[in-house]
Formats: sequence, structure tokens, C-alpha cells
Amino acid sequence: MKKFLTLALALTVSASAAPVTLTYWQYDFATKVSTMDALIKKFEAQNPDIKIKQETFPYDAYNQKVASSVPAGQGPDVVNLFYGWLPQYVDSGFLQPLPAKDFSTQQIESNFVPMIKTSKIGGQYYALPTSVRTLAVFYNKDLFKQARIVPPRTWEDFIAAGQKIVKGAPPRFSVLGFGIQPDGQDYHVVREVLVRQFGGSPFSKDGKKVTYDSAAGVQAMTFYTELMTKYKLGVPNFFPGNNSYRDAFIAGKVGMIVDGSFAVGAIQKGAKFNWGVLPLPVLKSNGVRGNFGSYWVNGITKNAKGDKLAASIKFLKFLTSDETQRTWLDSVGEIPASRKLSGTAALRTNPVYGPFVSGLPFASSTLFVDEAGQRKAWVDAINTVLLQGNSPANAVKRAAAEEQKILDGYYK
Amino acid sequence: MDTTSKLAGGRASARPPRRRNTVKYRQTVTAYTFLLVPLLFFLLVRFIPTFMALRLSLFDWNILREQQPFVGLENYTTLVADEKFLQSLKNTALYTVIGVPLQIILGLGLALMLGRVRAFRGFYRALYFAPYVTPIVAAAWVWQWVFSPQFGPVNTVLDWLHLPPQSFLTSPDQALATTAGLVVWQNLGFQVVLFLAGLAAIPRSYYEAAEIDGATGSQAFWRITLPLLNPTIVFSVVTGTIAYLQLFTQVVNLNFTDQGGPLGSTLTVAVYIYQLAFGRFQMGYASAVTVVLFVIILIITLLQLRFLTRRYDT
Amino acid sequence: MTAASSAPRKRVDMRTLLVYVALTVGVIITLFPFIWMVLTSLKGFQELFNLNFLPSQPTLDNYRQVLTETRFLQWFGNSLLVAGVTTVSVLFFDSLVGYTLAKFDFPGKNIVFVLILSTLMIPTEMLVIPWFVGVSDLGLTKSVPGAYFSIMFPGLISAFGVFLMRQFFDTLPNDLLEAARIDGMHEFGIFWRIAMPLVRPALASLAIFTFLGNWNAFLWPLIVIQQPQFRTLPIGTALFNGEAGTQWGLIMAASSLAVIPVLIVFAIFQRQIIEGVVLTGMKG
Repeated sequence: MKKFLTLALALTVSASAAPVTLTYWQYDFATKVSTMDALIKKFEAQNPDIKIKQETFPYDAYNQKVASSVPAGQGPDVVNLFYGWLPQYVDSGFLQPLPAKDFSTQQIESNFVPMIKTSKIGGQYYALPTSVRTLAVFYNKDLFKQARIVPPRTWEDFIAAGQKIVKGAPPRFSVLGFGIQPDGQDYHVVREVLVRQFGGSPFSKDGKKVTYDSAAGVQAMTFYTELMTKYKLGVPNFFPGNNSYRDAFIAGKVGMIVDGSFAVGAIQKGAKFNWGVLPLPVLKSNGVRGNFGSYWVNGITKNAKGDKLAASIKFLKFLTSDETQRTWLDSVGEIPASRKLSGTAALRTNPVYGPFVSGLPFASSTLFVDEAGQRKAWVDAINTVLLQGNSPANAVKRAAAEEQKILDGYYK
Repeated sequence: MDTTSKLAGGRASARPPRRRNTVKYRQTVTAYTFLLVPLLFFLLVRFIPTFMALRLSLFDWNILREQQPFVGLENYTTLVADEKFLQSLKNTALYTVIGVPLQIILGLGLALMLGRVRAFRGFYRALYFAPYVTPIVAAAWVWQWVFSPQFGPVNTVLDWLHLPPQSFLTSPDQALATTAGLVVWQNLGFQVVLFLAGLAAIPRSYYEAAEIDGATGSQAFWRITLPLLNPTIVFSVVTGTIAYLQLFTQVVNLNFTDQGGPLGSTLTVAVYIYQLAFGRFQMGYASAVTVVLFVIILIITLLQLRFLTRRYDT
Repeated sequence: MTAASSAPRKRVDMRTLLVYVALTVGVIITLFPFIWMVLTSLKGFQELFNLNFLPSQPTLDNYRQVLTETRFLQWFGNSLLVAGVTTVSVLFFDSLVGYTLAKFDFPGKNIVFVLILSTLMIPTEMLVIPWFVGVSDLGLTKSVPGAYFSIMFPGLISAFGVFLMRQFFDTLPNDLLEAARIDGMHEFGIFWRIAMPLVRPALASLAIFTFLGNWNAFLWPLIVIQQPQFRTLPIGTALFNGEAGTQWGLIMAASSLAVIPVLIVFAIFQRQIIEGVVLTGMKG
């Protein structure tokens, strides 16, 4: 009788351990979706009691989609988010802190590249990336050859090269030297790279105060805006559409653009000329190097409780494992987030990925509290100089005031 | 009740004297029977959600925050000094003042012309309708090409005419007008269809009678077409104004990465609401902006209904 | 329209010619962007940015990709279902409400009208969150019919159509309806069999507007659709707009294909708009 009871108990226990189904959300990008499908299959084979359902949404509206699921108490168990959105999702209680026993802070910080520190909120990590991005200069080798110039290493050479390549004059150009686009990646370059190169720092250590309203900030803004106003290397929105500068580069009508490693795939597929990648220029040959790093992270939401939480932790470990990072690099073409994997000789010497990887050690990522608002503050400030002839000093003041207001609103 | 009936065109006073109570009672019962399902629908799908949304204007309500403190009228006091909001209000007014008259005059003109021709009539109608059905993402891209300062055919034509090239969408001074152009272009097909339907509803016998009386073409237009078209014109003005005051889709798609145009030059109130609510998740503040927009639209609509509606005897 | 026929024959010809010229010039201007969209859809990836008006090597490759490498047909079918059902529902209910508001005398009439009209004055973006909370609480998105219902429910009755139909029913002579009443016809019959056939032009335009409006709806479907099999055309097309690049060729091809059903709806109903002249001309 006792045996029978034990058996019955054992049966009910195994019955209650029916597969847990997790929902995973990310934005729709063909290779990411198919790679994730393959990874999920692998994970499910390793963990037969866990099923993962992947749901994807259009890139442009992804944040809106995730946010609107929060008040409805809906949404995924494991979610892919842009790192700059984290503070808001942490505030909403949507994300759970990563359990220290599974993801120790010390281990995270020694395994991952330094930029991931922006995912640490209130001393705790809430999410981790599989891969990271940095910026570099894409250049059209054919146009460089025609103009008989070599790839620039310093900003001075950058300007000289742009001037040799540009054809036409404002407002009608036929070829641009530099595909300037403040609302592309350029505003990151001004804030996170140029400000540092001119000897300043964009934010206070705790990220609560803007500190670029300084001589360095003004120099950075002056330098960037003069690429258009003084050196006339190009104009913003050269091509129609929301990827104006990149589309124009792919069409072969731009000498150089600053873009992220996520653009490699699109440029590889589209550009029918010889092109190359260069590290972001420096002011002097031995001057400060800088870069802007960004990344998408995977986090666990409040929807995951009990069995689901345990399963989510397993899945997140799997997503951030070295093996997954390698698969991700091979199939999606994104730089691994691990120090070790991104530092391999093969990557460092790769002609396309090398310049991006070389930027990793000094890549900083802005600690956003309101990504859309902070971005708008900078784009508008730059535009007052480019379109209305405002002085760079006033523009920096304007950006600083606006961004400080946003930070104060968050940290009050 | 009295004020509403006056505002809604004073139609109550134009009615024939009151019928017997039983008739009136029967009419009331029939009317509300017909209205039962639709009113229930509007209550559940529109009024209750609207009330829920507008209540948020009294809170510092952020979609992505756990605490949503009550702040009374603070959102409204912030609004008064919010430059972005005031700019969006000014832009919205400009769009409405440019767009509504332009699309009605062009739409009515085209509908009248289409009424005159016999050969290829259906063909022309379909062609004028085409912009209206073009999906906005495609239309916005093409519009950006057409008005591209670099390669656009418009600047090429200006060049032939030895006029200076313009910056259009990339200039804070010209972006709004260029955007309004896209909206009018897209809405034109809609207006043409609407006015064709309105013209079709005018009994032909009126024109025959006018012809017998020896009226000229323009007399017939002013005495028959225009008065009898009044319900259509009122509809077009009112819904057109409401639509322009909530202009959104074209503005967003024309400057996708910097929505609201360079330095907010094309920003409308509706786009600002969207940016606040879904870009920055400040639902409470967005809700306060919505309340202000709602009050503005309501007042304008009631005034239009009051002063534009003309009764005529059939 | 017929007003000009009283003028001497020769002048009519001159004027008609001018009208044709004006219409043709207008058509060229208004149609230019539309044609550009279609021509762009025939360009290969390399030609897309060449800025030539005509494709030098027209290709159907964009169409092939859209039709075979994406779930375009499923998106298309979903949109057809959503736009079709909402259009039928709007035609019936909006006419009923418009007719009631135009032809009945009852207390609260103007309040009801203004209240319904006021629903047009709140931007959709403020309503999607309450709607989504409601839909989630009811668990509607879990079943297939529930998922479709939740995509289409906000559009099942529209204040816009109520207003349009009210304006058109308003112009109908009352005697016609009174005559039917005296003949002992019941009220719904008067609406359905006497009044409805007389407002065909308005019904036809309402059908076109409603179909198109729901065909292109974006924000609400985006928020409410979870599973890929329920994606509508605008949501599906939005996938071509990726993080690192927009597949303009595919967008243009999908957009060109998306226009077809709307043009068919237009072709079916536009005849009604013109036939209305004869019908309304009979009484009077």
C-alpha cells in the first residue's frame, strides 16, 4: 500500500512537471529570427521540459509594442530590449533583477566587455547581451581610388579626404564627401566621442549630470557642424527614406559614413563597389580614441514566476553563453559580448569587423533614462546650427539644458 | 438641450409644428430601438476608454513606472509653458487653414469637371482616386524623391526656369508646406468621390426646371448646386477639419528618423501626443494635451455645424 | 453638369475641350507619384537608387520575393477579412443611426448626435492602451475568432459614417417616407426598402472610405496582434523596414499589390455613385 502511494505521488509529481512554455520576444530581422529558431531547437533538445515560443514584431514599433503590454499585464517571459530603454523598464517593475546566485556581478563584469555596465541599475544587473555594437567609418574604396587618396586616420585627413570626394555645392550635391546625418549615428559621435577627444567628458560619473556644457563640448559641436557649414562635405537627408545616409552610401554616392556594426549586413548585401571599414578617426595621431557602444539585452520579466522563472534563468544562461555568442556571430554577424570572444585574433584582424572590435576597449555607452527624449534634445540642438545658423556654444547650452531637465525628471 | 439643438444647426426650430403625442412617442421608441446596439457600442468602445484615458491627465502617469501619483492640474500648468506644445498647436492650425479650403476647392472643382465630361469619365475618376489608395509608406518615400533638394524633379524644373533650388522637407521654413502638399494630394481622391456622391444626390429635375426658366450655367451653380450640396460641404468641412486637427500619418512618415520634421517644424499636436505617450511613455501628460485638443476640436466643430448648416425646402 | 447644355453648341465644345485639358494636366500631376511607386517596384536593388524614372531592366523580382519569401498572401487575406467585415458592419449600422438621426424626432436627438460625433475628436493613440487592457482582461486574443474580433472591433461602427449618412438622409423628402407609413409599412421596412436605395451614392462612398481606412489601419493592429498568422498587410509590410535598412523594392511591390483590392472595391461602387443620379432624379 505504501509503495502504491509513493508510486501515485511520483506519478502526480511527474505529471505536474509537464513542459513549461516560455514566450520570447524580439524585433523582426530575418537572420535573427531564423538563428533564434535554430537556437531554440537546440535549447529544447537540451531541456525537454521547456518549450520556447518566439514572437517577433516590426523593428520600428517594437518598443511601443513591448511598452503597451506592460499595463495590460501581458507580454513575454524573456524579452529582448535596447539597453537604453532599461531604466524605464526596470522602473515599471517589468524586469526582474538577475538572481545573484545564477549571475554574479563579479562574473558578469569579468566576462563581458566594459560597456555593459550601463545595464547595472541600483547596483544590480537586470539583463545581459549576446552581442554588442560599436561605430566605425565605412568608406567607398573606389571613390578614394579615383581621388587618389588614402584612408584617413585623423579627423584632419578625414576632412581632406571628404573635400576631395565631394561633388556639387549646397544645396545641390551629386556626391557627398561625408554622409552627415545628425539623427543617424552622428549625435553619438559628438556626445560620446568628440567631447572626450577634445578633453571633456559628457556626463558625471553617476550619470546624473550633463558635463558637456564646457569648452570641450563647444569644440566638439563646432568641429562636427563645420563638416557641413565650413568644409561643405555634405548635407543631411541626401537620400529619401529613413536610412538616408546609408542608402546613399550603398548607392555609391557618398565617400564616407559613420555607422554601426549592425549595418555591415545591409552594406555587404547592397553595395556593388569596393568598400572598407576604418576605426573612428582621432584628433592627433596619438590622440584619444573613443567610441560609442550599444547593445540589445535579454532580460526576464515579472511574468516569469516559479517554474517559469527557473526555466527563464536557464534560457537566459543559454542565450548569453559563449556557444550562443559564437553562433550569433556566424549567423547574424554581430560582435560577441564576451571579452574573450571579441578579442580573438581572427576577429581583430578581420578587415570588416576588426575596426569595430578595436573600438571595444574604449567604447562608452550613454546611460539613457529616456532614450527618445535625450536623442531629440541633441538632434534639435545640432540642427539649430546646421539649419538656422545658431552658434555651436548656444547649441551645446540648449542640448545640455534640455537633457539635464530629462535627467532631473528621472532622478528626482 | 436647447443650446445643443441650436449649436447643431437649429434644426428643431425648422421642423413643422409638433405632431400628436402618440406619433412622437412612437417615433421616440422606434428611434431608441434602432439606436440601442450602436449606442451600446459607442459606450463600451469609445466613451468608457476615452474617460479612462482622459482621467490620466490628472496623474503623473507613466506607462513604465509603478507609482502613478495624482498631481491635480500640474500637467495643464506645464502645458501652458511647453514650447513644443505651443509650436505643435501653431503648426496644426496652419495645416488646417491651408489644407481644408484647398482640398475642398480642388475636390469640388474636379468633381464638377468630371461631371461635365462623358468620354473616359470612369477612367479619370479612377485616376484621381489613385493617390488616395497609395499606402502611406510608399507615398511618403516617393514624395521625398519628388521634393529631394538634390535629385528631385521639382528642383530640376526650378533649375530649367533659372529659379534657385529649394530645400523643401529639409528646411524648417518649407517642411510644413511640403507636408501639407502630400496631405492634400492624398485626400484629393477622397474629396472627389465625396463630391461626386453629393452631386449625384441632387435631383436632376431641378436643373431641368432651371433650364426651362432660362437660368445660365453659373446661376444654376449658385442657386441649385451649391445650396443643395450644403450637407456634403458641411460634412467635408467638419470631417476635414477634424482630420487636419489630428494630422499624424503623413507627418510621421515624411521625416521618419526625426519625427515632427527639422526642429519640430512639421510637428502636429497628434504627433506630439504620440511622441509623449509612445516614445517617452508620459501618458498623463499626453492625456492633458489630448484634453486640450479635444476641447479645441469640439468647439470648432460645433461652431461649424451651427454656422455652416443651411436648411432648404425640398 | 447638365447646366451647361443650355449654352450654344460651339461654346460647349470649346469648354469641354478645356475641361479635358485641365483634367488631363491634373491627372498627370496627381498620378505622378503613384506611377513612380509602381515603376520603382519594377526596379532591381541596384537600380533603385539610380533615380531614373523608367526602370532600364524591368524585373518582377520584388514581386517574386514578396509573394514567395514572405507571408504576403496571409497578410493580404487577413486584411481582406478585417476590412470586409468592418465595411459590411459599418454600412448597416451607420446607415441605421444616420437615418434615425436625420428622420426621427425624439428627445435627446442632438445630444446623441454630438456625443457620437465627439468620438471622432480623440486621437486613436490615446485609446489603444485602454482597448488593449480590456481585450487582455477578456482573454480575447487567445482564440482565433477572438483574435480577429479584437483586431476589427474598434471599426465596426464609425462616427464618421454616421455623420455622412445623416447628411445624405437629411436631403430625402419626408413625404416619401410618410407615404410608406400610411401604406402601413413597418419602420424598419421603410428604412431598409424605401430610404436605403435612395442614398446609394453615399453608401457607395462610405463603403470605399471604410474599406480603405481599415485596410490601412496600423497602430491598433500593431498593439493587439501577437501571433504572426494574424498580421495584417500594414503590419506585415512594416517588417520590410528593418534596423539597418529598408527594403524599398519590396515595400513598393507590396504597396502596389495592396492597391489592387481597393481599386476593385472602387470600381464596383463608383458605378453606384453615378447611378444614384437616375434614382434620385425620379422623385423630386
